[in-house]
Amino acid sequence: MKFVDEYRDPQAAAKFTQKISEITTRPWTIMEICGGQTHAIVKNGIDLLLPKEITLLHGPGCPVCVTAVELIDKAIAIALQDEVIFCSFGDMLRVPGSREDLLSARARGADIRTVYSPLDAVKLAENNPERKVVFFAIGFETTAPGNAAAVYQAKQQGLSNFFLLVAQVLVPPAIEAILSAPDCAIQGFLAAGHVCTIMGYTEYEKLSAKYGIPMVVTGFEPLDILQGIYMTIAQLEQGRVTVENQYSRGVSREGNREARRVMNEVFETVPRKWRGLGEIDGSGLGLKADYRPYDAEIKFKLSDLSVEESSECISGLILQGRKKPYQCPAFGANCSPEHPLGATMVSSEGACAAYYNYRGRKDGKSDVLGEK
Amino acid sequence: MCLAVPGKILDIAGQDPVMKTGRVSFSGTVKEVNLAFVPEAVVGNYVLVHAGFAINIIDEEEAAKVFEYLREIDDQESLPENS
Ligand code: SF4
Repeated sequence: MKFVDEYRDPQAAAKFTQKISEITTRPWTIMEICGGQTHAIVKNGIDLLLPKEITLLHGPGCPVCVTAVELIDKAIAIALQDEVIFCSFGDMLRVPGSREDLLSARARGADIRTVYSPLDAVKLAENNPERKVVFFAIGFETTAPGNAAAVYQAKQQGLSNFFLLVAQVLVPPAIEAILSAPDCAIQGFLAAGHVCTIMGYTEYEKLSAKYGIPMVVTGFEPLDILQGIYMTIAQLEQGRVTVENQYSRGVSREGNREARRVMNEVFETVPRKWRGLGEIDGSGLGLKADYRPYDAEIKFKLSDLSVEESSECISGLILQGRKKPYQCPAFGANCSPEHPLGATMVSSEGACAAYYNYRGRKDGKSDVLGEK
Repeated sequence: MCLAVPGKILDIAGQDPVMKTGRVSFSGTVKEVNLAFVPEAVVGNYVLVHAGFAINIIDEEEAAKVFEYLREIDDQESLPENS
C-alpha cells in the first residue's frame, strides 16, 4: 500500500537503529503517548532493537483503555433499554464495567451494534425513527471532529432520535498531568501523529518549553517511530529542547482548521475522569449547550453514577509509564485478552495486550522479534 | 483508535460542505469517505482516513523526507556540537 509499505523497509530500519546507537552516550527515558505507537513498537520489537540505554515508556494514549468504568456502566444501562439501538466502535464491547461488559449485555438481549463510522449511526437513526440511536463517542482529538460532524449532521437533518454518550478525551492535559508528577522520569516525548493532524502542535510547544522536554510529533510506521526516537535522542544528546515534526507528510503546525471548526461548534472542554488516572481538569470534551438535546447522559438521566475501580488491576500505573505489564501479578495469570481484568488488556492498543500478544505471554519479557 | 489509513480519491460527490463525500481506494478496496475536513482535496489526492472521515491530504513532497533524513544522518560522522 502506497504511503505505508515504504515505511516498513527492514534495511532502512536497521540503518536508523544503528544511527540511534551511534549517537546514544547515556541512559534516556522516552514516552510514546499513543497506544497505536505502543502496539507498533511491541509488535515490531522496536524497543528490543534499541541500545540498552534507551527506555521506552508506554503512555495513556488508548481511549478505550482510559474510558472510566462508570461510563461503561452507563453505556450498558442505556443499551439495555428496549427502544435503544446502541452503537459503538468494536473494541469497546469487551471493556469490563463494574459488573459486566457490553458484549454480555448484548447476550442478554441489548441491541448493540458495532459501526465503522459515527455517520453509520446517524443513518441508523434516520432509518429507524421509532428507535433511539445512541452512539458511544470515544476517542482523542483524532476522532472528535468526525463524532462532532455526526451530531451536527443529525441536527441539520432534524433527527430527534440520535444521541451521543460522550467519553471524548484530550491528550495535552494528560501529558501535563504526567509531567507535573513529582517523580516523573520522562525526558522526551513522541507526540501522536494523527492527534496533531487535527490539532497541530502549538499546544505542545508550550508544554515543551514549560517542562523543558523535547517532543517529536511522530507517525505510526516502524521507520516513523525510529526516526522519531532518533530525533528525540539527538535533541537530548545535544541539550536542545524543542518540538520537531517527524510526520510532516500528515501533520502541519496549524493542524486541520476545518476539522477543528466543526469540533468547536459542537464540543467544549470539560473535566474528565480517566480510568487509572482519576479526574483531570479540562481533559475531556462535552456537548455545548446548543447540543444538549443530543446528550445521552441527560436524555437517559444517568449523570450521577459513580463506581470504584477494581483494586487488583494496576493499569493506572501502566498508563502513566510507572510499571510495565509484566510487573502486574495478574498479567498472564488471571488476566488475559480472553478474560481481561482491566482495559489495558482489552484493546490491542493497550500495553498489557500488546505485551501479551507479541511477547512470551507469561512473563512478557522473553523476546521474539515481531513474531507471535 | 487513532489509526488512519492512506487512500486515493477516485471521485467526489455532493455540494453540501458537511456532506461532501468521495470514493476512496485503499489498494483496490473502495469505500465512501466523508471529505468535509479536506475541502481543497481533488481527485487523485491521497488522504488519511479515520472512522469514515478524511482528516488530511497526504503531502507527497514531505513523504520522502524520512528517507532524505536517513541519508543525511548517514553521511554525518557524529552529531554536530550544539552551537
Ligand atoms: S495485566 Fe490485567 S490486571 Fe494487570 S494491569 Fe494489565 S489489565 Fe490490569
